[in-house]
Amino acid sequence: MTDKLRFYLDGEIVTLSGIDPTQSVLDWLRYTARRTGSKEGCAEGDCGACTVLVGELEGERLNWRAVNACILFLPMLDGKALMTVESLKGAHPVQSAMVDLHASQCGFCTPGIVMSLVGRSMGACGTLGADPAEVLAGNLCRCTGYGPILKAAEQVASVPFDDAPVREALQKLHRDTLLVLSYEDPLAGLTRRAYVPCNVDDLAEILIENPDVRLIAGATDVGLWVSKQHRVLPEVAFIGHLMRDIEGTAQGVRLGAGVRYSEARAALADLSPDLGELIRRIGAVQVRNAGTIGGNIANGSPIGDMPPALIALGAELTLRRGETRRTLPLEAYFLDYGQQDRQPGEFVESVFVPAPKASDVVRIVKLSKRFDSDISAVCAAVHLRFDGAVVQGARLAFGGMAGTPKRATHAEAVLTGHPLAPERLALAAEALRADFTPLSDVRGSADYRLTVAGNILKKLWFDIQGQGGDVLGVAHG
Amino acid sequence: MAEHAHTPPPHTPKVHTSKVHTSLAHDSAPLHVSGTALYADDVAEPAGMLHLAFGRAPHAHAKIVSLDLSAVRAAPGVVAVFTAADIPGDNNVAPVARDDRLLAADEVVFMGQPVFLVAATSAKAARVAAKLGRIDYEALPALLTIAEAKAAHSLIEASQVMRRGDMAELAAAPHRIQGALEIGGQDHFYLEGQISVATPMEQGGVHLLCSTQHPSEVQHLVAHLLGVTSADVTVEVRRMGGGFGGKETQASLFAAAAALVAAKTGRPAKYRADRDEDMKITGKRHDFTANYDVAFDNEGRIRALRLELASRCGCSTDLSPAINDRAMFHADNCYFLENVEIVSHRYRTHTVSNTAFRGFGGPQGMLAIERVMDAIALHLGRDPLSVRQTNFYGPERNLTPYQMAVTDFVADRLVEELKTAADYDVRKAEIDAFNASHPYLRRGIACTPVKFGISFTTSHLNQAGALVHAYVDGSIALNHGGTEMGQGLNTKVAQIVADVFGLGLERIRITSTRTDKVPNTSATAASSGTDLNGWAAWNAATTIRERLAELMAARNDVAADSVVFEGGVVRAGDEVLGFAEVCRLAHLNRISLSATGFYATPKIHYDRKTHTGRPFLYFAYGAAVSEVLIDTFTGEHKVLRADILHDVGRSINPALDLGQIEGAYLQGQGWLTFEELVYDAKGRLLTHAPSTYKIPCASDRPAVMNIHLWRAGDNREPTIHRSKAVGEPPFMLANSVFSALTCAVAAATGDPRPTLDAPATPERILRAVKGSSL
Repeated sequence: MTDKLRFYLDGEIVTLSGIDPTQSVLDWLRYTARRTGSKEGCAEGDCGACTVLVGELEGERLNWRAVNACILFLPMLDGKALMTVESLKGAHPVQSAMVDLHASQCGFCTPGIVMSLVGRSMGACGTLGADPAEVLAGNLCRCTGYGPILKAAEQVASVPFDDAPVREALQKLHRDTLLVLSYEDPLAGLTRRAYVPCNVDDLAEILIENPDVRLIAGATDVGLWVSKQHRVLPEVAFIGHLMRDIEGTAQGVRLGAGVRYSEARAALADLSPDLGELIRRIGAVQVRNAGTIGGNIANGSPIGDMPPALIALGAELTLRRGETRRTLPLEAYFLDYGQQDRQPGEFVESVFVPAPKASDVVRIVKLSKRFDSDISAVCAAVHLRFDGAVVQGARLAFGGMAGTPKRATHAEAVLTGHPLAPERLALAAEALRADFTPLSDVRGSADYRLTVAGNILKKLWFDIQGQGGDVLGVAHG
Repeated sequence: MAEHAHTPPPHTPKVHTSKVHTSLAHDSAPLHVSGTALYADDVAEPAGMLHLAFGRAPHAHAKIVSLDLSAVRAAPGVVAVFTAADIPGDNNVAPVARDDRLLAADEVVFMGQPVFLVAATSAKAARVAAKLGRIDYEALPALLTIAEAKAAHSLIEASQVMRRGDMAELAAAPHRIQGALEIGGQDHFYLEGQISVATPMEQGGVHLLCSTQHPSEVQHLVAHLLGVTSADVTVEVRRMGGGFGGKETQASLFAAAAALVAAKTGRPAKYRADRDEDMKITGKRHDFTANYDVAFDNEGRIRALRLELASRCGCSTDLSPAINDRAMFHADNCYFLENVEIVSHRYRTHTVSNTAFRGFGGPQGMLAIERVMDAIALHLGRDPLSVRQTNFYGPERNLTPYQMAVTDFVADRLVEELKTAADYDVRKAEIDAFNASHPYLRRGIACTPVKFGISFTTSHLNQAGALVHAYVDGSIALNHGGTEMGQGLNTKVAQIVADVFGLGLERIRITSTRTDKVPNTSATAASSGTDLNGWAAWNAATTIRERLAELMAARNDVAADSVVFEGGVVRAGDEVLGFAEVCRLAHLNRISLSATGFYATPKIHYDRKTHTGRPFLYFAYGAAVSEVLIDTFTGEHKVLRADILHDVGRSINPALDLGQIEGAYLQGQGWLTFEELVYDAKGRLLTHAPSTYKIPCASDRPAVMNIHLWRAGDNREPTIHRSKAVGEPPFMLANSVFSALTCAVAAATGDPRPTLDAPATPERILRAVKGSSL
């Protein structure tokens, strides 16, 4: 056991102990380390002004990823490398290109943008094959209109980076004991504890002993509890580095609970291109580089970025408690709003996503006010299996329509056993009114949600006929 | 502030030249990209700094019955707690009408209004403690919307009317239609939130480092609030992380809080609002409703227009009278309205007090007339652009509804050029073909012009001062009354000064804006920053240059006006001396190397009682063609292409001007599409962070965007180097997005009555497509 948190920063090993385990990396940078280049624009991972790069060893490889420092807790840096705008010393080609192309105005978002583009220039996670606008979707700029920034990105696409010193340092930071951080919290008036287990067995044991430990993987949700709600989390365990296997077989893909969106994207896009596109629409690069598939399922959001799609594909969830595992259909895990089928001491270990057949129709549609980095008003996932022309099986799952991600059983029944036809789809759209009683909120009214969910089904016909298209798929000209 | 930067900027900028009309980089760009540009929260905190948070009311309208703050005082880290009773002077942070409280005294008038102020040893301690106040309220009925305020006749001032001609024409013309448009508000979403740092000085004075567009107003308000003189208060602004009008009056609240704590405790105090608080308690762009009744001939030429505007001003006056006036001033846009009546209602509601935002009411007024143009075109089945052109101002048709002659009209030429460059006619035909063939996608295209009046409409605000020092080493310290919020004002003014002395820009040190250097300044607003401060700085610099020229002329027995300042040297007769050498000579000869400069805009006057006069020195013009695509099943849309031609006169810095134009267009696009302010039935803002309030991100920028400065651009008026203001006018280029969406919806429905409201969220587009059945 150790009580020292260590990470690599600009050629040095930073060692911290006795720290607040839910202090954000951003606050530490700005107010303790006096590295004020990273800015707080929102403290919820939506504006990207605090973007930093985190490097970690995966075997021999050093993987860098851009993340939001405002919702990154310090212990999540353990054994990793941190790079901030100060690390560049003003000398990076991205920085000169930004100056030369007039890509900053007020300059407040600029350090975060620089870090996103530097990440891209190093081939950081989630940037390969992504166009500049996608790489920058998580960096809001209110001044420039983005044009000059996108131009700078095009000009400096790739810059060699010698990662040997970092790899060497990180190898030395490897740890095979449990890290426990204790913190006397003067504001909360209690001793808070954080665990960073180095394997899943340790995690299982910690949870048996203390089922109230709050698990934190990517902190894209829990981070906001602290940064915005000032919630006190007495005991937490950081697990984002565990359960990170992706196993692909002919039957499907098994994703460890700690697999991040950006890492799952390729394997899931292989199952269905729509699934890959859905992941592109979840958060932005920084959020997809932090948030995990398992965390997204475990927190039981009614929108559930991934669950509607995974449910439609027939995904199965594996939960573990101690040495005991059980498997259940994903939809059975979501009991009610804020309530999941998870026993004390139990945790999400993996999810298995079966491969659809080549003849299946899989269509996943996310509707939101803004295309990138927005939460769905409605997310619809349709999975149809055919026997000849007849729909033999229909799995329709929706997010944003109920207190949980949920299947549309009435609409499924309408479609099953009939050939697909516009009239059938219209009937199914009508049947959604029996399946769902959505709420009105900032993302859309109940009426809009019901109407548009039905419209997604009606529109499917044109897709299947090859007459479809959507506004994102049509380029100008 | 920049002077005590802890590390020098490591990125060396390119060597500057002194020329105006040149695309020099923003002077802070190397600092921006390296993270070394210091914003207020980046300056090292002195020992003992207190951090502040407001305790805020959970009612839109209520009486404060009793106040128990004992739990707040007892909370860990809390050093002091203040209420309205602790304010030594005037409990007021309002710009004009003295009706905004720093802390509510008896009555709460909007949801989230500050009631008490916590000072603690950390921001977290202050924020946590601020939730512990036990306050009894007696809830009172709250008016939240324009409709509710209208029904209750709740106004911040009398409704205003601008009228000309004969309204009987409404009934006489061949066509007459009526319609209505709702226009949503907008949050500024400057990336740097509101922040002020106050440091107590001797004799009751205070120094404030603020993120504000209006240092002098903060200074004066803080002086009144503390019961000291303006000379006791110094306000300093190095730079803002964005302003857009949101830091014109709204910064005062946070500055006053910090100043109060510094004065009361003797310790430095910082108020840094987090994003949610910032969005909940600061004013926004006014939401409007517009009702029109318009009569026109077969070509679509307007014979008479009655336009009724109504806006939600919120709980206090703020700048709403001037903002709503500007909406009226821009309800003509580029169109001659011979018989016209513009009525403007300014409603008082129990919501946050709406405020300045880029365009200052102009966008709402202009969007209303653009809707009228689209409605006329749809009614007649004519091309909307031809209807617009038919209505343009012309030689015999040049009088605005407020009786100012439009003598510099260029929108007709500019639009014609843009129409050709953007291939408008060909694309319109292609779009019609596409719409006829696709089962459910529809395209729309629109070209809308902009004519925006330049000057503060409150005439006395059109003045500026500057202070320029030359040092004996030939370096120049430049101060002016304007503030830098990203627009590049400091760069432009430095270019102007460098040009006067024939120096490179590297010789000009642009310093922070300080009220103890240049006093009694106007806000950096109304797009006026360069027009006003550029001239003031030019005047200051020229005074020094003239002194130097006289010295050199006397030494060489030549005329002073023959002395040349160029390329870092001064030439008089046969003598050529380096600029530094000339400064040293001047010093030895006891000639002052320091001068102030002043500028007041000429020609302008306005009578608000009759709404007539010449409120503007000149107009800025531009036009945009936008093309959009909508999905009639989902209501989603995409802006596919934008072509922009904009008139900035003779640009002082084309790169900075292009940056303003592109940024303004995208900000306008956001306003009209997915930036939606949603309030609940109690008046609580539900969209108070970027997770729920969506400003445009990189992928929302049209994939094809062609932006050009108008080559023929000039300014008839003697503005500095014949340039034109650029901050606000291009915001309204985005009206073309909304018109294009209106056309796409019309293509989907075939209904000639446009029903789309702003912002055109997927839900509103779907509702417009489906009719009321949604």
